[in-house]
Amino acid sequence: MVLGDDLKGTPDLIPGDFGDPADLEFANAYLGVPGIVEALERGADVVITGRVADAALFLAPLVHEHGWTVPATAQADVDRLAAGTVVGHLLECSGQSTGGNNAAEWWTVPEPWRYGFPLADVTADGTAEIFKPEVAGGRVDFDSVRQQLLYEVGDPTRYLTPDVVVDMTSVRLTDVGGDRVRVTEVTGEPATGSYKAVAAATDGYAADASFAFGWPDAPAKARAAADIARKRIEQAGIELLDWHVELFGVNALHGPAAPADPDPAEVVLRLAWKTADRDAAGTAARQIIPMALSAPVPGLTPANRARPRPSSLLKIHTGLVDAAAVDPARRVIVEKL
Amino acid sequence: MRIPLNQLAFARPGDKGNDSDVTVFARSQEAYDHLVATLTADVVKAHYGDLVEGEVTRWEVPKVWALKFLLRDALAGGGPASLRADNLGKALAGGVLRLEIDVPAELVTQHPALQVPVDPYSSCDWRVVAPGRSG
Repeated sequence: MVLGDDLKGTPDLIPGDFGDPADLEFANAYLGVPGIVEALERGADVVITGRVADAALFLAPLVHEHGWTVPATAQADVDRLAAGTVVGHLLECSGQSTGGNNAAEWWTVPEPWRYGFPLADVTADGTAEIFKPEVAGGRVDFDSVRQQLLYEVGDPTRYLTPDVVVDMTSVRLTDVGGDRVRVTEVTGEPATGSYKAVAAATDGYAADASFAFGWPDAPAKARAAADIARKRIEQAGIELLDWHVELFGVNALHGPAAPADPDPAEVVLRLAWKTADRDAAGTAARQIIPMALSAPVPGLTPANRARPRPSSLLKIHTGLVDAAAVDPARRVIVEKL
Repeated sequence: MRIPLNQLAFARPGDKGNDSDVTVFARSQEAYDHLVATLTADVVKAHYGDLVEGEVTRWEVPKVWALKFLLRDALAGGGPASLRADNLGKALAGGVLRLEIDVPAELVTQHPALQVPVDPYSSCDWRVVAPGRSG
Protein backbone atom coordinates (compact mmCIF):
# COMPACT_ATOMS: atom_id res chain seq x y z
CA MET A 1 0.00 0.00 0.00
CA VAL A 2 1.30 3.46 -0.93
CA LEU A 3 0.22 6.42 1.19
CA GLY A 4 1.24 10.05 1.19
CA ASP A 5 -1.00 11.64 -1.44
CA ASP A 6 -3.52 13.04 1.06
CA LEU A 7 -2.90 16.75 1.67
CA LYS A 8 -5.73 17.23 4.18
CA GLY A 9 -3.34 16.29 6.96
CA THR A 10 -0.81 18.93 5.86
CA PRO A 11 -2.97 22.01 5.18
CA ASP A 12 0.12 24.21 4.89
CA LEU A 13 0.92 22.45 1.61
CA ILE A 14 -2.51 23.16 0.07
CA PRO A 15 -2.31 26.08 -2.39
CA GLY A 16 -3.82 29.25 -0.94
CA ASP A 17 -6.28 29.77 -3.80
CA PHE A 18 -8.04 26.48 -2.95
CA GLY A 19 -9.87 28.32 -0.14
CA ASP A 20 -10.12 27.28 3.51
CA PRO A 21 -8.65 23.74 3.77
CA ALA A 22 -11.37 22.90 6.32
CA ASP A 23 -14.02 23.34 3.59
CA LEU A 24 -12.41 20.84 1.22
CA GLU A 25 -14.02 17.41 0.79
CA PHE A 26 -10.64 16.08 -0.26
CA ALA A 27 -7.22 17.38 -1.27
CA ASN A 28 -4.61 15.15 -2.88
CA ALA A 29 -1.33 15.30 -4.72
CA TYR A 30 -0.81 13.14 -7.80
CA LEU A 31 2.21 11.03 -6.86
CA GLY A 32 4.56 9.35 -9.29
CA VAL A 33 6.15 5.91 -9.46
CA PRO A 34 8.62 5.74 -6.52
CA GLY A 35 6.15 4.41 -3.93
CA ILE A 36 4.79 1.75 -6.30
CA VAL A 37 8.30 0.74 -7.36
CA GLU A 38 9.34 0.39 -3.73
CA ALA A 39 6.32 -1.84 -3.04
CA LEU A 40 7.20 -4.03 -6.03
CA GLU A 41 10.83 -4.26 -4.95
CA ARG A 42 9.68 -5.39 -1.52
CA GLY A 43 7.76 -8.24 -3.11
CA ALA A 44 4.22 -6.90 -3.38
CA ASP A 45 1.93 -8.82 -5.77
CA VAL A 46 -0.88 -6.28 -5.52
CA VAL A 47 -0.29 -2.56 -4.93
CA ILE A 48 -3.04 -0.28 -3.63
CA THR A 49 -2.27 3.41 -3.89
CA GLY A 50 -3.87 6.71 -3.08
CA ARG A 51 -3.97 9.22 -5.90
CA VAL A 52 -1.18 8.76 -8.44
CA ALA A 53 -0.78 9.90 -12.03
CA ASP A 54 -2.71 7.39 -14.16
CA ALA A 55 0.31 6.53 -16.28
CA ALA A 56 2.37 5.82 -13.14
CA LEU A 57 0.40 2.59 -12.65
CA PHE A 58 2.03 1.29 -15.84
CA LEU A 59 5.37 3.09 -15.71
CA ALA A 60 6.14 1.71 -12.23
CA PRO A 61 6.24 -1.99 -13.23
CA LEU A 62 8.39 -1.04 -16.26
CA VAL A 63 10.85 0.80 -14.00
CA HIS A 64 10.86 -2.21 -11.68
CA GLU A 65 11.29 -4.88 -14.37
CA HIS A 66 13.78 -3.01 -16.57
CA GLY A 67 15.70 -1.27 -13.79
CA TRP A 68 15.13 2.20 -15.21
CA THR A 69 16.45 5.22 -13.27
CA VAL A 70 14.00 7.40 -11.30
CA PRO A 71 14.29 10.33 -10.95
CA ALA A 72 16.11 10.72 -14.25
CA THR A 73 18.38 13.54 -15.41
CA ALA A 74 20.53 11.91 -18.13
CA GLN A 75 18.71 12.27 -21.46
CA ALA A 76 18.65 8.53 -22.24
CA ASP A 77 17.08 7.81 -18.83
CA VAL A 78 14.58 10.65 -19.25
CA ASP A 79 13.56 9.41 -22.70
CA ARG A 80 12.95 5.89 -21.38
CA LEU A 81 10.69 7.27 -18.64
CA ALA A 82 8.92 9.33 -21.30
CA ALA A 83 8.45 6.22 -23.43
CA GLY A 84 7.09 4.28 -20.46
CA THR A 85 4.74 7.15 -19.65
CA VAL A 86 3.41 7.15 -23.22
CA VAL A 87 2.75 3.42 -22.86
CA GLY A 88 0.95 4.12 -19.57
CA HIS A 89 -1.07 6.90 -21.18
CA LEU A 90 -2.08 4.55 -24.02
CA LEU A 91 -3.12 1.78 -21.61
CA GLU A 92 -4.78 3.69 -18.77
CA CYS A 93 -8.10 4.62 -20.34
CA SER A 94 -10.09 1.35 -20.57
CA GLY A 95 -10.95 0.59 -24.19
CA GLN A 96 -9.98 3.95 -25.65
CA SER A 97 -6.89 2.51 -27.41
CA THR A 98 -8.72 -0.59 -28.60
CA GLY A 99 -11.39 1.14 -30.64
CA GLY A 100 -13.52 2.70 -27.89
CA ASN A 101 -14.86 6.25 -28.13
CA ASN A 102 -13.71 6.04 -31.72
CA ALA A 103 -14.32 9.10 -33.88
CA ALA A 104 -12.70 7.43 -36.89
CA GLU A 105 -14.64 4.75 -38.80
CA TRP A 106 -16.45 3.52 -35.65
CA TRP A 107 -19.00 1.57 -37.66
CA THR A 108 -16.28 -0.77 -38.95
CA VAL A 109 -14.93 -1.90 -35.55
CA PRO A 110 -15.48 -5.66 -35.14
CA GLU A 111 -17.37 -7.29 -32.26
CA PRO A 112 -17.97 -4.03 -30.39
CA TRP A 113 -19.91 -5.74 -27.57
CA ARG A 114 -16.82 -7.41 -26.12
CA TYR A 115 -13.95 -4.98 -26.00
CA GLY A 116 -10.68 -5.88 -24.35
CA PHE A 117 -8.39 -3.42 -22.67
CA PRO A 118 -5.08 -2.67 -24.42
CA LEU A 119 -1.82 -4.46 -23.66
CA ALA A 120 1.80 -3.53 -24.42
CA ASP A 121 5.08 -5.30 -25.03
CA VAL A 122 7.81 -2.93 -23.84
CA THR A 123 11.51 -3.60 -24.28
CA ALA A 124 14.25 -2.30 -21.99
CA ASP A 125 15.04 0.56 -24.39
CA GLY A 126 11.43 1.82 -24.21
CA THR A 127 10.30 0.66 -27.65
CA ALA A 128 6.74 -0.63 -27.36
CA GLU A 129 3.97 -2.36 -29.24
CA ILE A 130 0.33 -1.79 -28.28
CA PHE A 131 -2.07 -4.68 -28.94
CA LYS A 132 -5.26 -6.27 -27.66
CA PRO A 133 -6.25 -9.72 -26.42
CA GLU A 134 -6.87 -11.93 -29.46
CA VAL A 135 -10.19 -13.15 -28.09
CA ALA A 136 -11.51 -9.62 -27.62
CA GLY A 137 -13.37 -7.46 -30.12
CA GLY A 138 -12.38 -3.91 -30.93
CA ARG A 139 -9.42 -2.74 -32.97
CA VAL A 140 -5.88 -1.46 -32.47
CA ASP A 141 -4.69 0.64 -35.39
CA PHE A 142 -3.10 3.99 -36.20
CA ASP A 143 -6.41 5.80 -35.70
CA SER A 144 -7.37 4.16 -32.39
CA VAL A 145 -3.93 4.73 -30.89
CA ARG A 146 -3.35 8.29 -32.15
CA GLN A 147 -6.69 9.35 -30.65
CA GLN A 148 -5.59 8.12 -27.22
CA LEU A 149 -2.02 9.47 -27.60
CA LEU A 150 -3.29 13.05 -27.48
CA TYR A 151 -6.30 12.48 -25.21
CA GLU A 152 -6.53 15.12 -22.47
CA VAL A 153 -2.82 16.00 -22.56
CA GLY A 154 -3.19 19.78 -22.92
CA ASP A 155 0.05 21.21 -24.36
CA PRO A 156 1.30 18.13 -26.23
CA THR A 157 4.89 19.41 -26.31
CA ARG A 158 5.03 19.36 -22.49
CA TYR A 159 2.78 16.71 -20.95
CA LEU A 160 3.54 17.14 -17.26
CA THR A 161 3.68 14.07 -15.05
CA PRO A 162 5.27 13.59 -11.61
CA ASP A 163 8.08 11.50 -13.10
CA VAL A 164 8.91 13.12 -16.44
CA VAL A 165 7.76 15.76 -18.93
CA VAL A 166 6.74 14.05 -22.18
CA ASP A 167 6.87 15.54 -25.66
CA MET A 168 3.86 13.84 -27.26
CA THR A 169 4.74 15.45 -30.60
CA SER A 170 7.93 13.36 -30.69
CA VAL A 171 6.07 10.05 -30.78
CA ARG A 172 6.03 7.96 -33.94
CA LEU A 173 3.20 5.45 -34.29
CA THR A 174 3.62 2.66 -36.86
CA ASP A 175 0.67 0.42 -37.67
CA VAL A 176 2.35 -2.97 -38.19
CA GLY A 177 -0.92 -4.83 -38.85
CA GLY A 178 -2.59 -7.60 -36.88
CA ASP A 179 -4.01 -5.12 -34.35
CA ARG A 180 -0.53 -3.97 -33.32
CA VAL A 181 0.89 -0.44 -33.31
CA ARG A 182 4.58 0.25 -32.63
CA VAL A 183 5.52 3.25 -30.46
CA THR A 184 9.00 4.75 -30.97
CA GLU A 185 11.09 7.97 -30.93
CA VAL A 186 9.64 9.23 -27.61
CA THR A 187 11.56 12.06 -25.97
CA GLY A 188 11.06 14.06 -22.80
CA GLU A 189 12.54 16.39 -20.23
CA PRO A 190 13.28 15.84 -16.53
CA ALA A 191 10.36 16.15 -14.11
CA THR A 192 9.60 19.67 -12.91
CA GLY A 193 9.78 18.98 -9.17
CA SER A 194 6.09 19.80 -8.74
CA TYR A 195 3.08 17.56 -8.23
CA LYS A 196 -0.37 18.41 -9.47
CA ALA A 197 -2.79 18.89 -6.59
CA VAL A 198 -6.55 18.50 -6.80
CA ALA A 199 -9.21 19.35 -4.24
CA ALA A 200 -12.95 19.83 -4.15
CA ALA A 201 -15.45 21.76 -2.07
CA THR A 202 -19.24 21.38 -2.05
CA ASP A 203 -20.70 24.26 -4.02
CA GLY A 204 -24.51 24.23 -3.75
CA TYR A 205 -27.03 21.76 -5.13
CA ALA A 206 -28.48 21.04 -8.54
CA ALA A 207 -31.42 19.23 -10.06
CA ASP A 208 -32.62 18.87 -13.62
CA ALA A 209 -35.73 17.88 -15.56
CA SER A 210 -36.33 17.07 -19.22
CA PHE A 211 -39.45 17.42 -21.37
CA ALA A 212 -40.10 16.43 -24.97
CA PHE A 213 -41.99 18.51 -27.54
CA GLY A 214 -43.10 17.48 -31.01
CA TRP A 215 -43.62 19.29 -34.31
CA PRO A 216 -44.92 21.88 -35.13
CA ASP A 217 -42.76 24.61 -33.62
CA ALA A 218 -41.00 22.21 -31.25
CA PRO A 219 -38.06 24.56 -30.40
CA ALA A 220 -40.41 27.49 -29.80
CA LYS A 221 -42.58 25.42 -27.47
CA ALA A 222 -39.51 24.26 -25.57
CA ARG A 223 -38.17 27.80 -25.15
CA ALA A 224 -41.56 29.10 -24.04
CA ALA A 225 -41.90 26.27 -21.50
CA ALA A 226 -38.46 27.16 -20.12
CA ASP A 227 -39.46 30.80 -19.64
CA ILE A 228 -42.73 29.87 -17.92
CA ALA A 229 -40.94 27.39 -15.65
CA ARG A 230 -38.40 30.05 -14.67
CA LYS A 231 -41.18 32.51 -13.84
CA ARG A 232 -43.12 29.93 -11.78
CA ILE A 233 -40.01 29.07 -9.74
CA GLU A 234 -39.35 32.77 -9.09
CA GLN A 235 -43.02 33.26 -8.13
CA ALA A 236 -42.70 30.45 -5.58
CA GLY A 237 -39.95 32.44 -3.87
CA ILE A 238 -37.14 30.01 -4.66
CA GLU A 239 -33.78 31.66 -5.18
CA LEU A 240 -31.81 30.15 -8.05
CA LEU A 241 -28.05 30.61 -8.12
CA ASP A 242 -27.87 29.40 -11.73
CA TRP A 243 -30.35 28.37 -14.44
CA HIS A 244 -29.46 26.38 -17.54
CA VAL A 245 -31.67 25.76 -20.59
CA GLU A 246 -30.64 23.39 -23.38
CA LEU A 247 -32.59 21.99 -26.32
CA PHE A 248 -31.58 18.51 -27.49
CA GLY A 249 -32.25 18.37 -31.20
CA VAL A 250 -31.25 22.02 -31.54
CA ASN A 251 -28.16 23.17 -29.66
CA ALA A 252 -27.61 21.22 -26.41
CA LEU A 253 -24.33 19.67 -27.52
CA HIS A 254 -22.84 22.10 -30.04
CA GLY A 255 -24.30 25.47 -29.04
CA PRO A 256 -23.70 28.14 -31.66
CA ALA A 257 -21.72 25.65 -33.78
CA ALA A 258 -25.03 23.94 -34.65
CA PRO A 259 -27.18 25.32 -37.48
CA ALA A 260 -29.44 28.19 -36.42
CA ASP A 261 -33.23 27.85 -36.60
CA PRO A 262 -33.71 24.19 -37.46
CA ASP A 263 -37.25 22.77 -37.69
CA PRO A 264 -36.78 19.37 -36.05
CA ALA A 265 -39.51 16.73 -35.75
CA GLU A 266 -39.05 16.81 -31.98
CA VAL A 267 -36.84 18.31 -29.31
CA VAL A 268 -36.05 17.52 -25.70
CA LEU A 269 -35.88 20.50 -23.37
CA ARG A 270 -33.54 20.04 -20.43
CA LEU A 271 -33.70 22.49 -17.55
CA ALA A 272 -31.06 22.47 -14.82
CA TRP A 273 -30.74 24.76 -11.85
CA LYS A 274 -28.53 25.44 -8.88
CA THR A 275 -29.63 26.36 -5.36
CA ALA A 276 -27.86 26.97 -2.07
CA ASP A 277 -29.60 24.07 -0.28
CA ARG A 278 -30.86 20.66 -1.28
CA ASP A 279 -34.56 21.19 -0.47
CA ALA A 280 -34.85 24.27 -2.68
CA ALA A 281 -33.54 22.31 -5.67
CA GLY A 282 -36.34 19.76 -5.20
CA THR A 283 -39.05 22.36 -4.55
CA ALA A 284 -38.14 24.10 -7.81
CA ALA A 285 -38.87 20.88 -9.71
CA ARG A 286 -42.37 20.75 -8.28
CA GLN A 287 -43.19 24.13 -9.84
CA ILE A 288 -42.77 22.66 -13.32
CA ILE A 289 -44.98 19.54 -13.14
CA PRO A 290 -48.37 21.42 -13.22
CA MET A 291 -47.36 23.00 -16.52
CA ALA A 292 -48.42 19.87 -18.41
CA LEU A 293 -52.05 20.87 -17.92
CA SER A 294 -51.86 24.47 -16.71
CA ALA A 295 -49.63 26.26 -19.18
CA PRO A 296 -50.43 27.14 -22.79
CA VAL A 297 -47.60 25.16 -24.39
CA PRO A 298 -49.24 22.04 -25.87
CA GLY A 299 -47.91 18.54 -25.54
CA LEU A 300 -45.40 18.93 -22.71
CA THR A 301 -44.17 15.36 -22.20
CA PRO A 302 -41.88 14.26 -19.37
CA ALA A 303 -38.83 12.61 -20.93
CA ASN A 304 -37.99 10.61 -17.80
CA ARG A 305 -40.02 8.37 -15.52
CA ALA A 306 -38.33 9.46 -12.31
CA ARG A 307 -38.84 12.76 -10.49
CA PRO A 308 -35.80 15.08 -10.38
CA ARG A 309 -33.42 14.25 -7.51
CA PRO A 310 -31.17 17.00 -6.18
CA SER A 311 -27.45 16.29 -5.91
CA SER A 312 -24.50 18.33 -4.70
CA LEU A 313 -22.21 20.27 -7.02
CA LEU A 314 -18.46 20.19 -6.43
CA LYS A 315 -16.07 22.99 -7.20
CA ILE A 316 -12.74 21.50 -8.25
CA HIS A 317 -9.45 23.24 -7.54
CA THR A 318 -6.20 22.30 -9.23
CA GLY A 319 -2.72 23.65 -8.73
CA LEU A 320 0.90 22.70 -8.14
CA VAL A 321 2.65 21.69 -4.93
CA ASP A 322 6.35 21.27 -4.21
CA ALA A 323 7.14 17.56 -4.60
CA ALA A 324 9.99 17.72 -2.11
CA ALA A 325 7.57 18.97 0.56
CA VAL A 326 5.04 16.20 -0.13
CA ASP A 327 7.46 13.27 -0.41
CA PRO A 328 8.39 12.99 3.30
CA ALA A 329 4.79 11.88 4.01
CA ARG A 330 5.06 8.94 1.59
CA ARG A 331 4.79 5.56 3.29
CA VAL A 332 4.93 2.13 1.71
CA ILE A 333 3.38 -0.70 3.71
CA VAL A 334 3.90 -4.26 2.53
CA GLU A 335 1.95 -7.01 4.29
CA LYS A 336 1.59 -10.71 3.66
CA LEU A 337 -2.10 -11.66 3.67
CA MET B 1 -14.75 23.90 -53.13
CA ARG B 2 -16.28 24.28 -49.71
CA ILE B 3 -16.73 21.12 -47.63
CA PRO B 4 -17.36 20.32 -43.98
CA LEU B 5 -14.24 19.56 -41.94
CA ASN B 6 -15.83 16.16 -41.23
CA GLN B 7 -14.76 15.05 -44.69
CA LEU B 8 -11.07 15.70 -44.03
CA ALA B 9 -10.78 14.82 -40.35
CA PHE B 10 -12.31 13.32 -37.24
CA ALA B 11 -11.97 14.62 -33.69
CA ARG B 12 -11.86 13.42 -30.11
CA PRO B 13 -12.51 15.68 -27.10
CA GLY B 14 -11.33 15.39 -23.54
CA ASP B 15 -11.64 17.59 -20.47
CA LYS B 16 -9.48 19.08 -17.74
CA GLY B 17 -11.48 21.09 -15.25
CA ASN B 18 -13.38 23.78 -17.14
CA ASP B 19 -11.26 23.39 -20.30
CA SER B 20 -12.11 21.21 -23.27
CA ASP B 21 -9.21 19.56 -25.06
CA VAL B 22 -10.19 18.83 -28.67
CA THR B 23 -7.87 17.05 -31.09
CA VAL B 24 -8.59 17.13 -34.83
CA PHE B 25 -7.08 14.17 -36.71
CA ALA B 26 -6.57 14.62 -40.47
CA ARG B 27 -7.38 11.62 -42.63
CA SER B 28 -4.24 12.07 -44.80
CA GLN B 29 -0.94 13.95 -44.97
CA GLU B 30 -2.42 16.24 -47.65
CA ALA B 31 -5.47 16.96 -45.51
CA TYR B 32 -3.19 17.69 -42.53
CA ASP B 33 -1.06 20.13 -44.53
CA HIS B 34 -4.18 21.96 -45.66
CA LEU B 35 -5.63 22.12 -42.14
CA VAL B 36 -2.37 23.47 -40.69
CA ALA B 37 -2.78 26.41 -43.07
CA THR B 38 -6.53 26.96 -42.63
CA LEU B 39 -7.83 25.61 -39.32
CA THR B 40 -6.44 28.28 -37.01
CA ALA B 41 -7.24 28.83 -33.34
CA ASP B 42 -9.17 31.98 -34.32
CA VAL B 43 -11.35 30.06 -36.80
CA VAL B 44 -12.18 27.42 -34.18
CA LYS B 45 -12.86 30.04 -31.50
CA ALA B 46 -15.27 31.92 -33.79
CA HIS B 47 -17.04 28.71 -34.80
CA TYR B 48 -17.88 27.71 -31.21
CA GLY B 49 -19.09 31.23 -30.37
CA ASP B 50 -20.15 31.82 -26.78
CA LEU B 51 -19.92 28.10 -25.95
CA VAL B 52 -16.20 28.75 -25.40
CA GLU B 53 -15.74 31.66 -23.01
CA GLY B 54 -11.93 31.67 -22.91
CA GLU B 55 -9.01 31.59 -25.31
CA VAL B 56 -8.31 28.85 -27.84
CA THR B 57 -4.72 27.62 -28.26
CA ARG B 58 -3.51 25.35 -31.09
CA TRP B 59 -0.55 22.96 -31.29
CA GLU B 60 0.62 21.03 -34.36
CA VAL B 61 1.42 17.31 -34.06
CA PRO B 62 2.64 16.42 -37.56
CA LYS B 63 3.77 12.84 -36.89
CA VAL B 64 0.17 11.77 -36.30
CA TRP B 65 -1.48 14.40 -38.57
CA ALA B 66 -3.17 16.10 -35.63
CA LEU B 67 -4.03 19.59 -34.48
CA LYS B 68 -4.61 19.98 -30.73
CA PHE B 69 -6.96 22.75 -29.58
CA LEU B 70 -7.28 23.74 -25.93
CA LEU B 71 -10.60 25.54 -25.39
CA ARG B 72 -10.44 27.50 -22.14
CA ASP B 73 -13.58 27.89 -19.99
CA ALA B 74 -15.69 25.83 -22.37
CA LEU B 75 -17.65 23.54 -20.02
CA ALA B 76 -19.83 25.91 -17.96
CA GLY B 77 -17.74 25.19 -14.87
CA GLY B 78 -16.65 21.72 -15.86
CA GLY B 79 -17.22 18.21 -14.51
CA PRO B 80 -19.02 18.14 -11.18
CA ALA B 81 -19.62 21.92 -11.16
CA SER B 82 -21.40 22.20 -14.54
CA LEU B 83 -25.16 22.28 -15.12
CA ARG B 84 -24.71 21.16 -18.74
CA ALA B 85 -25.81 17.63 -19.62
CA ASP B 86 -22.54 17.31 -21.53
CA ASN B 87 -20.56 18.52 -18.52
CA LEU B 88 -17.37 16.83 -19.77
CA GLY B 89 -17.75 18.00 -23.37
CA LYS B 90 -17.83 14.43 -24.68
CA ALA B 91 -19.87 15.57 -27.70
CA LEU B 92 -18.10 18.90 -28.13
CA ALA B 93 -15.56 17.78 -30.73
CA GLY B 94 -18.29 16.89 -33.22
CA GLY B 95 -19.20 20.56 -33.36
CA VAL B 96 -15.92 21.57 -34.96
CA LEU B 97 -16.44 19.00 -37.74
CA ARG B 98 -19.36 21.09 -39.05
CA LEU B 99 -16.93 23.86 -39.94
CA GLU B 100 -17.08 24.59 -43.68
CA ILE B 101 -13.61 25.07 -45.13
CA ASP B 102 -12.32 26.03 -48.56
CA VAL B 103 -10.29 23.25 -50.17
CA PRO B 104 -8.76 22.75 -53.59
CA ALA B 105 -10.88 20.33 -55.67
CA GLU B 106 -8.02 17.87 -56.01
CA LEU B 107 -7.85 17.37 -52.24
CA VAL B 108 -11.31 15.83 -52.32
CA THR B 109 -11.04 13.97 -55.60
CA GLN B 110 -7.50 12.62 -55.10
CA HIS B 111 -8.33 10.97 -51.76
CA PRO B 112 -11.18 8.49 -51.97
CA ALA B 113 -10.52 7.57 -48.33
CA LEU B 114 -12.15 10.88 -47.45
CA GLN B 115 -15.56 9.56 -48.51
CA VAL B 116 -17.80 8.63 -45.58
CA PRO B 117 -21.18 6.85 -45.70
CA VAL B 118 -24.26 9.06 -45.51
CA ASP B 119 -25.63 6.76 -42.80
CA PRO B 120 -22.79 4.83 -41.11
CA TYR B 121 -25.22 2.75 -39.03
CA SER B 122 -26.76 1.19 -42.13
CA SER B 123 -23.28 0.02 -43.16
CA CYS B 124 -22.44 -1.76 -39.88
CA ASP B 125 -21.95 -5.47 -40.50
CA TRP B 126 -22.82 -6.29 -36.87
CA ARG B 127 -26.24 -4.67 -36.47
CA VAL B 128 -28.09 -6.33 -33.62
CA VAL B 129 -31.75 -7.30 -33.70
CA ALA B 130 -32.68 -7.55 -30.03
CA PRO B 131 -35.98 -7.81 -28.15
CA GLY B 132 -37.71 -4.51 -27.45
CA ARG B 133 -38.42 -1.44 -29.51
CA SER B 134 -36.00 1.18 -30.70
CA GLY B 135 -35.57 3.80 -33.36
